[in-house]
Amino acid sequence: MAVQSDIAIDVHGLTKSFDGRVVVRDLSMQVKRGTIYGFLGPNGSGKTTTIRMLCGLLTPDSGEGTCLGYDIRTEADEIKRHVGYMTQRFSLYQDLSVRENLEFVARIYGLNAPVKSAKEMIARLGLTGREEQLAAQLSGGWKQRLALGACTLPSPQLLLLDEPTAGVDPKARREFWNEIHALANDGLTVLVSTHYMDEAERCHEIAYIAYGELLTHGTVEQVVEQSNLTTYNVGGDDLQKLLQALEGKPGIDMVAPFGASLHVSGRDEKKLEAAIKPFRDGKKYNWSRAEPSLEDVFIELMNRSKDNFR
Amino acid sequence: MSWLGRIGSSGFWRRAKAMLVKEFIQLRRDRVSFAMIVMIPIMQLILFGYAINTTPRNLPTAVLLQETSDVGRTILAAIERTGYFKITHRLASVEEFDRVLASGEVLFAIEIPAGFERALRRGDMPALLVAADATDPVGSSSALGALNRIAQVALINERMLPDQTQPLFEIRAHARYNPAASSSLNIVPGLVGTILTMTMLIFTALSVTREVERGTMESLLSMPISPLEIMVGKIIPYIMVGFTQAALIIGFGVLLFGVPILGSLLLLALLSTLFIATNLSIGYSFSTVAQNQLQAIQMTFMFFLPNILLSGFMFPFAGMPVWAQWVGEALPLTHYLRIVRSIMLKGSGFIDLQYEVLALFALMLVAMTIAVTRFRRTLD
Repeated sequence: MAVQSDIAIDVHGLTKSFDGRVVVRDLSMQVKRGTIYGFLGPNGSGKTTTIRMLCGLLTPDSGEGTCLGYDIRTEADEIKRHVGYMTQRFSLYQDLSVRENLEFVARIYGLNAPVKSAKEMIARLGLTGREEQLAAQLSGGWKQRLALGACTLPSPQLLLLDEPTAGVDPKARREFWNEIHALANDGLTVLVSTHYMDEAERCHEIAYIAYGELLTHGTVEQVVEQSNLTTYNVGGDDLQKLLQALEGKPGIDMVAPFGASLHVSGRDEKKLEAAIKPFRDGKKYNWSRAEPSLEDVFIELMNRSKDNFR
Repeated sequence: MSWLGRIGSSGFWRRAKAMLVKEFIQLRRDRVSFAMIVMIPIMQLILFGYAINTTPRNLPTAVLLQETSDVGRTILAAIERTGYFKITHRLASVEEFDRVLASGEVLFAIEIPAGFERALRRGDMPALLVAADATDPVGSSSALGALNRIAQVALINERMLPDQTQPLFEIRAHARYNPAASSSLNIVPGLVGTILTMTMLIFTALSVTREVERGTMESLLSMPISPLEIMVGKIIPYIMVGFTQAALIIGFGVLLFGVPILGSLLLLALLSTLFIATNLSIGYSFSTVAQNQLQAIQMTFMFFLPNILLSGFMFPFAGMPVWAQWVGEALPLTHYLRIVRSIMLKGSGFIDLQYEVLALFALMLVAMTIAVTRFRRTLD
């Protein structure tokens, strides 16, 4: 048994490429035990590849590290015993019932009383009465809950959830997150990848990855602060015209409509002020300083990294 | 009328062409389908053209000489000259005579009895005993037909013999194991092997690719289970399926066609299980190589074809050229056909079949090794 430290995931310099295309580049991250760590980034940014390297499903080209104290290169078998991995695509057996799926998992992990633990999990998931339903017949939200149940059944110490709530309705999503918080309360470490900003805000810590590089990490507040972004909220009529006028101007790094208003952001406060000055004079628009949202920060990060790597 | 109108409209051909272009692109990307389009006709052409021979020649023959005589040698030379027989074994005893036939080492055994030449010179019409393995009537019938002419012509150049207007000796041919030359006696045991090959291969060939295609493989790989455990768990249920199938075919064969089971039923059951496991392992190894279920089916089919044609199921094994026989030896069905026909029709025992058992074991081990090493433990 590896030494119990308060770090669950500790990896350095992970790099992985497929057919000469670098998918993850020099990625390092540390996740403390008992935290919910949000893993954000656009499609194809390398989130899934990173998660797969963490649980031993992919071998990194270079870099090393540990997961729960086990070496990700040489101790994949131990990692598999203590990590629950929920794949992006539903990967339980569609032609097995809820109960049969859970009993199968329980037996693979060698639980002492597979039938009993499956039954308890069914009750915990609120699936009592549906035990004999085939997994294929469950709705999207129930499938996700069942998959989470299958992951947590062998009492893992770390959960790796790859976009667990993609395509799930808001109510089911909220319940799913309540469950994740309950699990973290019991001391489980959770690494969860997502596209949703509201989900990011429910994480203890987040990391943002784009084009295979980890661009920023920390608590939500830290990430926003680190961005050094100055943001104005603009109200008024005919915002579309303003957007077109501002876009691409030096000093303005991002303009995006937010409901009835416009978010205008820049990394350099002085340059931004200079750029928007001509539009502030009239009474036409209503300008006010605002805290940049997480989305502003991420989109700006993504734009910037695109300039660097593409 | 309306559909005729549709064909006439320009939109019909535009859309049909879009579909056609898409199909060609997909076909070009699908290497295995492409290989099949080329390989299947070439394989069939070569196998039917060169390997298959329904009037086989040079069939392995054993001789038991109870006396050494010039007349005997002349007759044997005449028998070989027909082209149907090739003397491969010289026997020393009657026990050996029975053994080589039972083990399938030879298809014919000829005995020249003691005192043959003396009886011949006295004009007593002695008999030459020819025992044929008639489990495969197609293989032995034309050769037996050729024998009948031998008695008349074999000794025509020998001097110091009585009047040769009549045959001087008789050939007493005995079609062993299947005296009525009934083809169902040959086909029913053969079908056991053929059906098992097809079904067992398909079952396991799909087993891993199905998990990959449905996405369940990713989570299976993230669980603490080893490739060997997965393989064993996937093969054993189908051993039972195969066993049931074999029992059904043999049961109906006995009930409906009166096929005998002369040998030990237990031995038949044991060796059938071995054969089932061998095919399952081969199917499983396909499963670890194929990218998807379609490819797995195509591989199965490509493997099934030579099994049918070169195993001795449809055409006599002994009639094939040497290279085709070597290919045949590498196929599990070849060995199982010998096993099942020998046990059922000849009453052969384990000792007679040890080579076939060894061959099946070897094929199974090779397939399992390929499967376990090819099985991808990661998604790399």
